[in-house]
Amino acid sequence: MVRFMAVFAACVLAGAAQDRSDEPVLERNPFTSAADRARGKQIFLAQCAPCHGPDGNGGRGANLARPRLPRASTDSALFRIIRDGIPGTEMPGAWVLIDREIWQVAAYVQTLGQRAAERISGNARRGEDLFRTKGKCLTCHTVRFTGGRMGPALTEVGRSRSAAFLRRKLLRPDAEIPEGYIFVEAVTRDGSRLSGFRLNEDTYSIQVRDLSDRLHSLWKDELSELRRSSAYTPMPSFDGVFTAAELDDLVAYLISLRGES
Amino acid sequence: MKRIVFILLAAWPLAGQVSFERIVRAESEPGNWLTYSGNYSGHRHSPLDQIQAGNVARLKPVWMYQVNALHKLETTPLVVDGIMYLTEPPSNLTALDTRTGRKLWIYRRSTPKDVRVCCGQVNRGAAILDDLVFLGTVDAHLVALDARTGLVRWDVKVADYKTGYSITVAPLAVRDKIIVGVAGGEYGVRGLLDAYDARTGKRVWRFWTIPSPGEKGSETWDSESWKTGSATTWVTGSFDPETNLVYWGTGNPGPDWNGDVRRGDNLYSDCLLALDADTGKLKWHFQFTPHDVHDWDSVQVPVLAEATIRGERKKVVLFANRNGFYYVLDRSNGHFLSGRPLARQTWAKGLDDNGRPVLLPGMDPSTEGTKVYPSVAGATNWFSPSYNPKTNLFYVAVREEGSVYYKGDADYKAGSLFNAGGFKGIPGEEPYGAIRALEPATGAVRWEFRLFSPPWAGVLSTAGGVVFGGTNEGNFLALDASTGKTLWRFQTGGQVISNPISYLSDGKQQVAIAAGNAVLAFGLE
Repeated sequence: MVRFMAVFAACVLAGAAQDRSDEPVLERNPFTSAADRARGKQIFLAQCAPCHGPDGNGGRGANLARPRLPRASTDSALFRIIRDGIPGTEMPGAWVLIDREIWQVAAYVQTLGQRAAERISGNARRGEDLFRTKGKCLTCHTVRFTGGRMGPALTEVGRSRSAAFLRRKLLRPDAEIPEGYIFVEAVTRDGSRLSGFRLNEDTYSIQVRDLSDRLHSLWKDELSELRRSSAYTPMPSFDGVFTAAELDDLVAYLISLRGES
Repeated sequence: MKRIVFILLAAWPLAGQVSFERIVRAESEPGNWLTYSGNYSGHRHSPLDQIQAGNVARLKPVWMYQVNALHKLETTPLVVDGIMYLTEPPSNLTALDTRTGRKLWIYRRSTPKDVRVCCGQVNRGAAILDDLVFLGTVDAHLVALDARTGLVRWDVKVADYKTGYSITVAPLAVRDKIIVGVAGGEYGVRGLLDAYDARTGKRVWRFWTIPSPGEKGSETWDSESWKTGSATTWVTGSFDPETNLVYWGTGNPGPDWNGDVRRGDNLYSDCLLALDADTGKLKWHFQFTPHDVHDWDSVQVPVLAEATIRGERKKVVLFANRNGFYYVLDRSNGHFLSGRPLARQTWAKGLDDNGRPVLLPGMDPSTEGTKVYPSVAGATNWFSPSYNPKTNLFYVAVREEGSVYYKGDADYKAGSLFNAGGFKGIPGEEPYGAIRALEPATGAVRWEFRLFSPPWAGVLSTAGGVVFGGTNEGNFLALDASTGKTLWRFQTGGQVISNPISYLSDGKQQVAIAAGNAVLAFGLE
């Protein structure tokens, strides 16, 4: 028991010596130069990439290549997460990095999901009109609180997608299907058919939102056919529908959607 | 009070007296689960047959034990005479009653905040010997607890956690010793396997999995690279009482994805070691992946069995490896007897007559990324296979997945990650998993049950003709051992990252599995 108490005390001391979560953190990142970001990238590749992927696209760890990191919307919040980890998750604290290195990693992480607003020739106001009328885009896409549920919400699309991508998407919607959009076609044993997007799946069951927005949960052993496609999209091509100028306007509008009210 | 004591004594007359001889003869008391894999041979097979293919459809939860922990639950519980000993992350141990699921005691360890664990503060189980229960800790200690009270009998430091060592493995009790390995393969530690006197905690032997200069095998490392070469020992091995040999797998060489700084075969990384249980002396080794650059730890559970190879009956080790191949080795000398792919693999043309992989060009990690099967998590991983001597089938959960492997630079700094690269999934591909039944002598697939995603759960076979397994999506399932058809399934609500066990509680067979943050026990009523 004496030995146990000694070990216990040693552990507490070690923990206290290493625990930096009470130390104050600067509001703004002081290390954001190109050289800092380059060093941050090196550290990221060595220490963060095994879980978050070399591009920060996620894997075992969260996807960091996104416009807003939900747990780290400010410099100091991101610093704290890198330094202290996230209790309750697998994200460990970076015990051996000094503060400057943590800031450098933070600077690099913030570049992963950000694309500078691009200069484009179209008129966003006209683009918005086209989006709502001629394009009927709100049938399937939500902007803020309005729109359909079938396609990805576009409220912040200007942060994560480039103008070139959006233009390509309007002309060739099937060229790059967003991650997680698996189109499912199922036939039940009694012959009824169903198609829509997969919400969830395990070895024995699958959950689907159909094209009429209804939710379904199906046992696979009650299906006679089940096909999945990550290459299909119900989005029509707007090639030939919009003029080149209209397309510019639409892209200008989409790029302006950055989640700000 | 007197009455309570009397009832407890009546219920658990033998509690806490698990002799070495009992573990050797584990098959003769199938009501208990005395060691990590159920027996020393690594079979994870229960001789119980109350639950059978014909009645498993009636299986129901008996109780559920919720762990108040933030980390993943990877434990394989032990069961001795109605008491379950289960480890909880990060380094706690609970004893509970298998009839009611109620806790008897808990050992809570205060662990430092800055422990170095690459992949979660987990613990895979305990060992029991006589009246002591043993667990390793994330701060790299080995602790002996009184099996009746959970009070600490001794606590020894195995290695310095600040340099990257941790213990996640379930120790193995052999004769009067506790054998324990270490994790830390992503931190450039030097791997080791230790044996401690079970009564005193005094270290009896240590086997360094990387030889130092001058020792045999040291020529397989570049200059100083042996010091940071990893080759850790984080999954419980097997033991053969006849030869007194301990069979234990070793992990990847470090750094993981850049082999330039450690040219050579890097012995004894990615090996199966056969060590004398009394002295820790190396009897033989077999290296599965010489100079590994994909992080394919060979720490899978070695399964000791007999098989007829080219007309000759032999004592063998069956080994389904993370690198994508299935191996049969001669148990007496480590010689390669047969092997074949276990899952899709694209890095080797095959295995030569000695079992050494014949490499295909261009499969090393690169700056721009190299697509290789299997994935960094491997064709299988630390979760256990199962061998059923009655059906003579080897059951294994398999991952059909590839990775894009990146090579990077990493300077070694004690206690810091030492990976030199990274990986990601292959864009646009949906990986999957399977539970497969293999013919032990050849590795030929007898049947396969496909899983939605590459699993992290091991399998248990039973004399009732059932194979239990789990999925990432929370399914706990029972398959027909001879056909692979689903007989029963239960949605646990949490990812299954553990191995099932079976035992008797009050004379009734239970099957238990950790899923999410809970341990669930199932029975027929």
